[in-house]
Amino acid sequence: MAMIEIKNLKIHYPIRSGFFNRVTDYVYAVDGVNFDIEEGETYGLIGESGSGKSTIGKAVVGLEKPTSGQIIYKGVDITKKSNRSKIHYNKDVQMIFQDSLSSLNPKKRIRDIIAEPIRNFERMSDTEERKRVGELLDIVGMPADSMYKYPFEFSGGQRQRIGIARAVSTNPKLIVADEPVSALDLSVQAQVLNFMKQIQREYNISYLFISHDLGVVKHMCKNMAIMTRGRFVEIGTREDIYKDPLHIYTQRLLSAIPSMSPATREADLAHRKEVEHIYRDEESRYYNENGRVLDLKQISATHQVALPDSELEKLKGGLA
Amino acid sequence: MDKPGDLLLDIQHLHTAFRVGDDFYDAVDDVNLTLKKDEVLAIVGESGSGKSTLATSIIGLHNPTNAKVTGDILYSDLNLVGLNEPIYNRIRGNDIGMIFQDPLAALNPLMRIGDQIAETLVYHTKLNKEDREKRVLELLDQVGIPNPPRVFRQYPHELSGGMRQRVVIAIAIACKPPIIIADEPTTALDVTIQAQILDLLKQIQKETHSGIILITHDLGVVAETADRVAVMYAGQLVETGSVYDIFQHPTHPYTRSLLRSMPQADSDDDELYVIDGVVPTLKEMQVDTCRFAKRIPWIPEEAHEAHPTMHEVGPNHFVQCTCYKHFHFRDEPESTLTAQTEG
Repeated sequence: MAMIEIKNLKIHYPIRSGFFNRVTDYVYAVDGVNFDIEEGETYGLIGESGSGKSTIGKAVVGLEKPTSGQIIYKGVDITKKSNRSKIHYNKDVQMIFQDSLSSLNPKKRIRDIIAEPIRNFERMSDTEERKRVGELLDIVGMPADSMYKYPFEFSGGQRQRIGIARAVSTNPKLIVADEPVSALDLSVQAQVLNFMKQIQREYNISYLFISHDLGVVKHMCKNMAIMTRGRFVEIGTREDIYKDPLHIYTQRLLSAIPSMSPATREADLAHRKEVEHIYRDEESRYYNENGRVLDLKQISATHQVALPDSELEKLKGGLA
Repeated sequence: MDKPGDLLLDIQHLHTAFRVGDDFYDAVDDVNLTLKKDEVLAIVGESGSGKSTLATSIIGLHNPTNAKVTGDILYSDLNLVGLNEPIYNRIRGNDIGMIFQDPLAALNPLMRIGDQIAETLVYHTKLNKEDREKRVLELLDQVGIPNPPRVFRQYPHELSGGMRQRVVIAIAIACKPPIIIADEPTTALDVTIQAQILDLLKQIQKETHSGIILITHDLGVVAETADRVAVMYAGQLVETGSVYDIFQHPTHPYTRSLLRSMPQADSDDDELYVIDGVVPTLKEMQVDTCRFAKRIPWIPEEAHEAHPTMHEVGPNHFVQCTCYKHFHFRDEPESTLTAQTEG
């Protein structure tokens, strides 16, 4: 069974306007999303800015109250606050943020930053706590004496590792990583991703990996979902998405990634122009009249795509 | 100039030093570069490598009390280093256009889009109000903004990130400058928008025959757009060459390490390659040694030059220091690679 199940999650923000400040419309930030995360798995959530991917992350950690839908963990719906405290959900689920500087309190020493979740959930003596913080720093490859320093004394990559140490301090089962490496340089990014994988192997942690970087997601995740306008357009394994993208939005996104070989760039450019052209022509067919993404349809055991009926039939015809 | 009309910028022995306490430290250390017409020169490096400092030195944005710029930046017959402000102001915008990373920060939130673009024209041209407006609408159309007359009256907050960056580009190209400096123009944008902006830059270049200096840390962007690449590490150029040289025959240990630390599209390698150590800070940069030496400690000290210079390894392909000849990755045997680089 999946470790955490997200069922028909909807988060709508009201738009108020007019003289009485009444609710006139809603922003459909997340509009009916379903997915499961297995134990020890990294689930990728890909989308451009404004697609609602971070809102899902916030809802999973409990920072955002869903309008409707369920998030089921250990058989309990955790969208209710009382249920969260009953099963120690907040201890089991932690978060890594994008901007490491603003997510660490500049007035606190590293020791207090990392120990904060421990102090919330466990009772430890001073010496025990210091030992634990030392261990955690060791896990992310930092010297133990950094616990007496302040966040500004570290580089971006080191700070992100401190953020990871804080997230793993309560032995969580799931970590929501919201763009954990997008503010980092290439060589530092490699380091942080390696630590995340290493910790996952050692402690069997699941990640919800939110990113707009398709290369990084490909490296980290076996299963993933592509998101736009608050809904999923395509769910599948790494092979499904990268080798056989079926939705035009996914195709367009993949074609926009710069390739690393200058020799083929003219061809890549032509391909991108072509995909962009097809996207513009066929866009209306892939969304309903309100611009809403169509419902997902099962293509194979792992692959779901929000295709219009005509395309689906074509695909089935091709298979038969 | 030896080839008039071809060479746009000739940077010779450029040093830009910043004050830390009472001392000055070189953030850009002895950089020699040229920019030609019709080419995209990419400057690649990690944060702290001095790539943005190099750009701001060219356009003269350093405060003389806190920064010292020495060396030569030759533009036609003019040396931009130490040029007085009134003359510099005539060059900025007119001869050198600059595109900044964060379009929201680069635009004035209280000014209408049309007026912001027209501002450059007010400074540099003698067009009257109607002609200016016509030119602005033309520019908005050129950078691919739908419905220019409407956007003309809008404010920056009403536009999306990609549209804002287009406006910034419109400002930069308003006077058809022969040189455009783009400092991380797509870092704040989504991939699909990034692709559009890069295409737009290339298209503008084709139309105006300008030379573009593209500063970025994204190797994918470089592979896609650049003609020539200069790799910077700790304030120095470590490798320059054509985009093919850099991606197909990377030679300097830093370039090779950087390319290896990318998540590869077609490999299922579980571990990514990590470069040892960290980028040195301004104060830690050593004078007169190979600055990358500390990050490849398994390479013997004799492999490095005492005073690293640029070596030509191919036509117009230069590499700093001699350590490239002896470089091999830690997990690779020594002999095979030495043979490869020599052969």
